[in-house]
Amino acid sequence: MEYIPNIIFAIILFAGIGFFAKNIKKLSRNIKLGKAVDTSDNKPQRWNNMFRIALGQTKMVVRPIPGILHLIVYLGFVIINIEVLEIIMDGLLGTHRIFAFLGGFYSFLIGSFEILALLVIVAVVVFWIRRNLIKLKRFLNPEMKGWPKKDGNMILYIELVLMILFLTMNAADYQLQQMNVAHYTKAGAFPISQFIAPLFQDMSTSSIILIERSAWWLHIVGILMFLNYLYYSKHLHILLAFPNTYFGRLKPKGQFENLEAVTKEVKLMMDPSADPFAAPDENAPVPEKFGASDVMDLKWVQLLNAYTCTECGRCTSECPANQTGKKLSPRKIMMDTRDRLEEVGKNIDANKGEFVADGKQLLGDYITHEELWACTSCNACVEACPVSIDPLSIIMDMRQYLVMEQSAAPSDLNNMMGNIENNGAPWPFNQMDRLNWSKES
Amino acid sequence: MENELKVPTMAELFAAGQQPEVLFWVGCAGSFDDRAKKITKAFVKILNKANVSFAVLGTEESCTGDPAKRAGNEFLFQMQAVTNIEVLNAYEVKKVVTACPHCFNTLKNEYPGLGGNYEVVHHTQFLKQLLEDGRISMEGGQFKGKRITFHDPCYLGRANNVYEAPRDLIRKLDAELVEMKNCKKRGLCCGAGGAQMFKEPEKGSKDVNIERTEQALDIKPEIIAAGCPFCNTMLTDGVKNKEKESSVAVMDIAELIASAEDL
Repeated sequence: MEYIPNIIFAIILFAGIGFFAKNIKKLSRNIKLGKAVDTSDNKPQRWNNMFRIALGQTKMVVRPIPGILHLIVYLGFVIINIEVLEIIMDGLLGTHRIFAFLGGFYSFLIGSFEILALLVIVAVVVFWIRRNLIKLKRFLNPEMKGWPKKDGNMILYIELVLMILFLTMNAADYQLQQMNVAHYTKAGAFPISQFIAPLFQDMSTSSIILIERSAWWLHIVGILMFLNYLYYSKHLHILLAFPNTYFGRLKPKGQFENLEAVTKEVKLMMDPSADPFAAPDENAPVPEKFGASDVMDLKWVQLLNAYTCTECGRCTSECPANQTGKKLSPRKIMMDTRDRLEEVGKNIDANKGEFVADGKQLLGDYITHEELWACTSCNACVEACPVSIDPLSIIMDMRQYLVMEQSAAPSDLNNMMGNIENNGAPWPFNQMDRLNWSKES
Repeated sequence: MENELKVPTMAELFAAGQQPEVLFWVGCAGSFDDRAKKITKAFVKILNKANVSFAVLGTEESCTGDPAKRAGNEFLFQMQAVTNIEVLNAYEVKKVVTACPHCFNTLKNEYPGLGGNYEVVHHTQFLKQLLEDGRISMEGGQFKGKRITFHDPCYLGRANNVYEAPRDLIRKLDAELVEMKNCKKRGLCCGAGGAQMFKEPEKGSKDVNIERTEQALDIKPEIIAAGCPFCNTMLTDGVKNKEKESSVAVMDIAELIASAEDL
């Protein structure tokens, strides 16, 4: 009977981790639906980017208020989770505060966790106020209605509850330590929870133990539930920010990739010895589709981008099109890509590992032509993203599909392209007049 | 004639067995747009004054393909690129200077993958180098103390991280360089990029160039300096829309320097 709590703990722990692992597998499969891209270059630069941008949060602090608040929650999250290690060991072994032997260092650790926990509570409350009372514009865009808004608040509530449970657990523990209750050896420093402890002083020992144990169990179960909430939430960024910054673009932002499939065709056209009437090779593969109309046409890094997006909206708030009331929102491009990818993933799950055409695609069913044509390709969204997401590349891939596969460019652009084709300039001027300016006074 | 421009073409120099120090890529706007042609001429005046050995392609130049690529027509872009690269390589061009950030970006970043490898600089970088080498001297007189703000072209700034060359040149004019609310990495687009120059904007509450012009007018400049023919057009239109054209001028950096030197 003595080992029942240990067994229950082990079951909960492995179920929590197992379910999470299952979702991560699904996530990885979905990302791999994207096209291959070589990211084996410039490893030192890639590690450097990951350390600076994800670990060092350098782009978060471009906006100082949310940047610093985020830094607190981030540090709190990372550092307080050292405590989870102790909780897991205590849970499995039936010990209490197994690291207490570290003495002064243990007190320092627990004390730091408590101060961070309080700071996290303050930051989370300010975040909630920013989202719900101050009503910052970037949290009010149309794409933030419904689930994304609930998701944002839910994360804050969970974090708040976890921190309160952590401090309650410590407060009850501290009170029991003061009362010299067996099993509760004096260990740790409690700079914050010592102020909560007096609430328990008139309670019976067994009540305080009940509170301590409840807070302990709820805290660890809460953490495991939060871990499993990630896959369904924008909060996935806490994990994916790291690979995403590693795989982020290294080339100058203005350099758009040259499509290789097009290069081949152009070379053939320019080759004077090529026979234009040659019968196509019967074994030739089906010509590659130009551009992207669905998630499978995107590269896997772009799909990783979509799962990494935490919907902060910095991209959208910097977007010149969005600022001037156009429908385009780079954040929506990323959210749509993830939603469609999830839909495709569920389709595959439901059809025994095969995608069965569902008559839908990212273009049109999620992202409209109007959004795509409003982009000025200015790179403000790419620059603004704190985790190296590139919404512009998706917009450009979809424009390529519209123009090269569907000839669906706005008529003004067709005129412009016709001019370039016929006379080498976007306007209807004769190429022979290119130097006339030098003779004009 | 004293002020006649000397604009040699690659073909002429090639026939004479000469190779210029640098090719001036004029670009479509610089060749055909009435406003941008003034920028082209101002830049050539400086090149002439500094005795820079340069040449243009003239009638052998063609659109880089940038607007086609940004509009999604990769096919047309590559056709243009391959044709231009053939011409450039035939003349054994090593270094290219251009006053258009779109041409600059495309030539510098997107041509190498298709066989066109050149050292490509924006005219503000080139002018700064001329100044540092003592080949031009700038007397700020005319612009001394004037409030000048610089609008970062997206394809020069964010796209290629060139922020300081144009600003250094403005400072050299003894002008008071003032920055807009959004500048450098966070500069706001003029609204012309991504082939928007050639189409009507999508439905919205405002045009992008008006938003940007308002940001510029907020800091009360006497001159809005630009480094891109398209930004120049967009901001000139914005200033006209705000009926400020009598008090606020939109000028390219090359024009500022040419008029400071009284060229």
